[in-house]
Amino acid sequence: MSLDKEKIKHVAKLARISVDDAKVESLTKDLNSIFKFIEQLNELNTDKVEPLTSILNQSLRSRKDEISDGKIREKVLKNSPKENEEFFVVPKVVE
Amino acid sequence: MSKEKFDYFIKGEKGKYEVVIGLEVHAQVLSKSKLFSGSSTKFGADPNNQVSLIDSAFPGMLPVINEECVKQAVRTGLGLNAKINNYSVFDRKNYFYADLPQGYQISQYKNPIVGEGKVLLDMPYGSKEIGIERLHLEQDAGKSIHDMDPSNTYVDLNRSGIALMEIVSKPDLRSPDEVNAYIKKLRSIMRYLGTCDGNMQEGSLRADVNVSVRKEGDKNFGTRCEIKNVNSIKFMQMAIEYEAARQVELIENGKVIDQETRLFDTKKNETRSMRSKEDAHDYRYFPDPDLLPLKLEQKLIDDLKKTLPELPDKKKERFIKEYGLNAYEANVLVSEKEISDYYEEVAKLSDKKLAATWMMGDLFAMLNDRGLDISKSPISAKHFAELVQAIKSGEISGRIAKEVFEIMVESGDNPKKIIESKGMKQQSDPKELEKMINEILSKNKDKVDQYKAGKEKLFGFFVGQVMKLSGGKANPQLTNEILKKLLKG
Repeated sequence: MSLDKEKIKHVAKLARISVDDAKVESLTKDLNSIFKFIEQLNELNTDKVEPLTSILNQSLRSRKDEISDGKIREKVLKNSPKENEEFFVVPKVVE
Repeated sequence: MSKEKFDYFIKGEKGKYEVVIGLEVHAQVLSKSKLFSGSSTKFGADPNNQVSLIDSAFPGMLPVINEECVKQAVRTGLGLNAKINNYSVFDRKNYFYADLPQGYQISQYKNPIVGEGKVLLDMPYGSKEIGIERLHLEQDAGKSIHDMDPSNTYVDLNRSGIALMEIVSKPDLRSPDEVNAYIKKLRSIMRYLGTCDGNMQEGSLRADVNVSVRKEGDKNFGTRCEIKNVNSIKFMQMAIEYEAARQVELIENGKVIDQETRLFDTKKNETRSMRSKEDAHDYRYFPDPDLLPLKLEQKLIDDLKKTLPELPDKKKERFIKEYGLNAYEANVLVSEKEISDYYEEVAKLSDKKLAATWMMGDLFAMLNDRGLDISKSPISAKHFAELVQAIKSGEISGRIAKEVFEIMVESGDNPKKIIESKGMKQQSDPKELEKMINEILSKNKDKVDQYKAGKEKLFGFFVGQVMKLSGGKANPQLTNEILKKLLKG
C-alpha cells in the first residue's frame, strides 16, 4: 500500500487535523516508510487466523438496568465551548 | 377478500420500472437506563439532565453494558425468527458531528448480536416474506436544535447513549404500501415483545430508506440512494415515490445515478443530496478497545425464548381457528396487543363473531373520533360484551344498540342499566306487535290497497311506520314476518 498526497489530506480531514501543504510532503514520505515496514507482516499467511481484538479470554462485564447517573448538567456543560444554562452551544451546523 | 395483483411500477417513456427498497429501522430499546451508562432514558426531560460523564464522552470514562438491553435485542431477534449470535462484537463507527461527543458511535459491524430472520406481511395480493439481514445494538446520538438561535446550534445529549436496535431488511420491499405494512408489522412485533414502544412522534422508531429502480424483469439491482432518518411512515412513502421518480427520470435521460446519502425535505416534498455526508461512508470501523466481545450463553437465549408472549402471526392463526374470524378481521384485531387483549376479554363473554363486527365498527370509529387508544376506551371490555350479548339475544335491535352505545360512551354505565332505565328493550312479543301493525294497516287502507295491487315497495313504508310507533324498539325480523302475513290476508 502506498499513500499519495490526496489520501494524506483526506485522512487528516477525517481526523480533524489541520495539515498545510509543506507538511503533507513530509508526512507522505514518513507514513509511506511506516507502511512499508508494517507490510512485512503480509509475508505471513493469516487466512485461517481470526483477528485478535482482545488478549483477555473473558466476556463483557454487564450491569443491571438501573438509573444510577445523570442530573449533573452543570458538570456536563462545564467544558462546553459556549453554553447557556441548558444546552451545549456550538457553531451552526445545518443541512 | 379477492386477491389483487401486485401493481406498483413507475411508468417511464421507455417502459415500466420496479422500485427496490430496503430499510434500516432504528428502534429505541425499552429500558430504564442507557446502553453503556446509568442515565435515565425517559422522554421529555429537561435538556442535558439525563447525561452522565460517559454520555458526554469525558476522558477516562469506561462504558459498561446494560444487560437488559442485550436481552431486549435477543427477544426482538427471536420475535423476528432470527438467528441469535452467541458471539458478537462492539465496534467504533467514527464520524464527526456536534451531537456525537465521542466522535464515534459504539455499534456492531462485523459481528452483530442477531443474524438473518424474516417478517411476514399480509398484502392484498397474498402474504409476502421480507428477509431480515441483521439486527445490531448501537448508541443513539444527541439532538441538535437549529431554530433557537440564528447563528448557533444547541445540543441536548439526553438521547446520547440510549440503546437502539438497528434492524436491517433485505432489499425485498417493492412499494410504499409494502413499506407501510413492514413498519407496522415490526412495530407490532416489538410492542408485543415489550422491546420498543414504537412511538414515532417521540422518535422511538425511525428509518433510513434505501431506494433503487430497475426495468421490470431485470435481475440486477440499480444504484441505490439512501434517504436518512425519516420519522413517519407517510414521509417514508412520500420520499420513496419522489426518489423513485427522480431515478427513473435520470435513467431515461441517459444520466447516471450517484450512490449517495440524501435527505427528505418534508416541506418541499423532495429528496436532496446531503453534501456534508460525502465522507460519511469512511467510518473507519474497528473493535472498541473498551469493550470485550459479548458472549451469550445458549441457556440465556433458551430461557428468553420460553418467556416470549404469543406474537401476532400465531395469535392471528388462533383467532381464525378459535373464534371463527376471517383473515381480515383477525389481522385487524391482532395488530396491537391491547386490541387483541380487549377482543379476547369481550369474546369470552359474548358472541365472538358479533363482538368482532361491533368492535371493528362502532368501537373503533368512536375511539378514532376521540383520538383514543383502546386502553383508554370509555367502554370497558365487560360492558362491551354485555352490549354484544344484548344484541345477540334479541333484547335490543342493532339500531337501538347504537343508541345504547352512545349513552355508554357518555355515562360509562353498563348497558343493562341503560336499556332498563330508558325502556329500550326490543318489542318481541308477537301479539303486541300484531296489534300495533293492525292499527297501522287500518289507518292506511289506501296504501294497503296499493300494495296489494302490486306496489310492493310500500312494504318499507309499513316497516317505517311500525318503527316510528314503537320508538324503534320493534323487533325488525318479527315485524317483517307479521307484516308479510297480515298484508297477504
